[in-house]
Amino acid sequence: MWASINELKEKIHAGSSEEVVAEYLERIGRSKLNAFISTSGESAISRAKEIDANDIEGPLAGIPVAIKDNISTRCIQTTCASNILKGYVPPYDAHVIERLKKAGAVIIGKTNMDEFAMGTSTETSFYGATKNPWDMERVPGGSSGGSAAAVAGGEAPIALGSDTGGSVRCPASFCGVVGLKPTYGVISRYGLIAYANSLEQIGPFATSVRDVTTLFDVVAGYDPRDSTSVDKEVNYSSSLENNVKGLRIGVPEEYFGEGTDEKVEKAVRDSINTLEELGAKTTTVKMPHTKYALAAYYIIAMSEASSNLARFDGMRYGLRTEDSDWHTTFSQVRASGFGDEVKRRILLGTYALSAGYHDKYYLKALKVRTLIKQDFERAFKDVDVLITPTMPYPAFKLGEKIDDPISLYLADVDTVPINLAGVPSISVPCGFSGGLPIGLQIIGKHFDEATILRAAYTFEENTDFHTKRPEGM
Amino acid sequence: MITRKDLTHIGWLSRLELSEKDIEKYTPKLNSVLDYFTELDDVDTEGVPPTYHVLPLSNVFREDEVSAQGGSLTQEEALSNAPKTQDGFFKAPRMM
Repeated sequence: MWASINELKEKIHAGSSEEVVAEYLERIGRSKLNAFISTSGESAISRAKEIDANDIEGPLAGIPVAIKDNISTRCIQTTCASNILKGYVPPYDAHVIERLKKAGAVIIGKTNMDEFAMGTSTETSFYGATKNPWDMERVPGGSSGGSAAAVAGGEAPIALGSDTGGSVRCPASFCGVVGLKPTYGVISRYGLIAYANSLEQIGPFATSVRDVTTLFDVVAGYDPRDSTSVDKEVNYSSSLENNVKGLRIGVPEEYFGEGTDEKVEKAVRDSINTLEELGAKTTTVKMPHTKYALAAYYIIAMSEASSNLARFDGMRYGLRTEDSDWHTTFSQVRASGFGDEVKRRILLGTYALSAGYHDKYYLKALKVRTLIKQDFERAFKDVDVLITPTMPYPAFKLGEKIDDPISLYLADVDTVPINLAGVPSISVPCGFSGGLPIGLQIIGKHFDEATILRAAYTFEENTDFHTKRPEGM
Repeated sequence: MITRKDLTHIGWLSRLELSEKDIEKYTPKLNSVLDYFTELDDVDTEGVPPTYHVLPLSNVFREDEVSAQGGSLTQEEALSNAPKTQDGFFKAPRMM
């Protein structure tokens, strides 16, 4: 069932939140997408009843929401799609969950993802791969593939994911929905189980820019428990405007390089033309360090991961194997609990940080990160937004790339530079290739979500790609 | 190039027990990724400072006081997911 937040509000007003929540749960129950790791049926229904009985108000009162399974939810299992956290029930809520509850939202389930958010296809999940609603033989993208597939498949009206190197925008692109990665620091990471904390942000999914903005407004805001949280309240819903007159668009040709599918390139260039016809001005910009972003990103992400995932020791939570001495138990817990891709990244990250290699890999990557950030700063002196493809091609087949890490990493070529620079970026549907959705990426300056949301909203108001739905769902 | 011997050592540093089969399987894949990383050797980074964080944030301090708002857990909550506990403590295996 596909409905906007406003349509659902009317439905709740005429009927009840309980009915709406039950309808989504029923849909999830008979789904073949495997978008959810767990559903919170009983608690969702009882929360919906409570909202109905007490006329609880709020921007999301009674509205169902799906949550990526690396965001901590009190009393609801949170696994990061890993065996090592099977059965882990957080004793506290992430900041975004506190805010959602305050806004009246009803959590209907936890969505599938690549294990510890390490992937581009949602195939590394311990709980099985999620399928793309547009073609059940294809991946939904990743790592927030469950959240994107749930929204695209009509199993949740809105969802949260997290984006470390494209993990919101990639599945949004592959599943034909809208996904936003905010500026680093705008949404608190308190309760988000860390993968690479200098890069990641929680981000909203929906079928429209308006609903993404509503969800963004609810979850963003200052939180003293995240020391990188920025003291800035956001309210963009009230300022969404169908107007790009005078907007200066930069087109970095480096993002249309080798490996970009012809139909993707055409759809993106056509979309830029659409915005030009609506009054925007386009110029070509140079971002010469783009091709080094991927290697720098993976070195930094793996290094941070090797440190962050050291907490999984089987002592305080998670899987515990037969006790031996401390170090052996620690090593065996992790050997049994983590999947191959997580192990590979921990090993490479440890290597990149180890004595003798730190300067060659980690420090070098951090310096390249500076150059990439400067590319963005230079480009944004002359333009308001940058427009590129979100992904170089549409969704690939399940199993097609999973055995070849490099070919899978290369899929992230257009999304990782944004995380290295910490700027905001949104993916919106902009066309189809062989029946599969294509995503348009609109990138903005630090803290200038207002402009990318306005550009995305204007594009949406003047096109109908976001209204298309997969058949047979 | 990572050798099989290197990988055993990195596995130990990472506290990841690796079987012979794992080492067999991982060595070529890790080397192909490391080989890709050498792309960065082409970039001139002379005099370029590293970026650890994108925002100009300095350390954030607060008073060292227990507060619910600071995210403190009760002992019961803190132990609620522990595989083994004893007398209100996490129970770990022996050190040696």
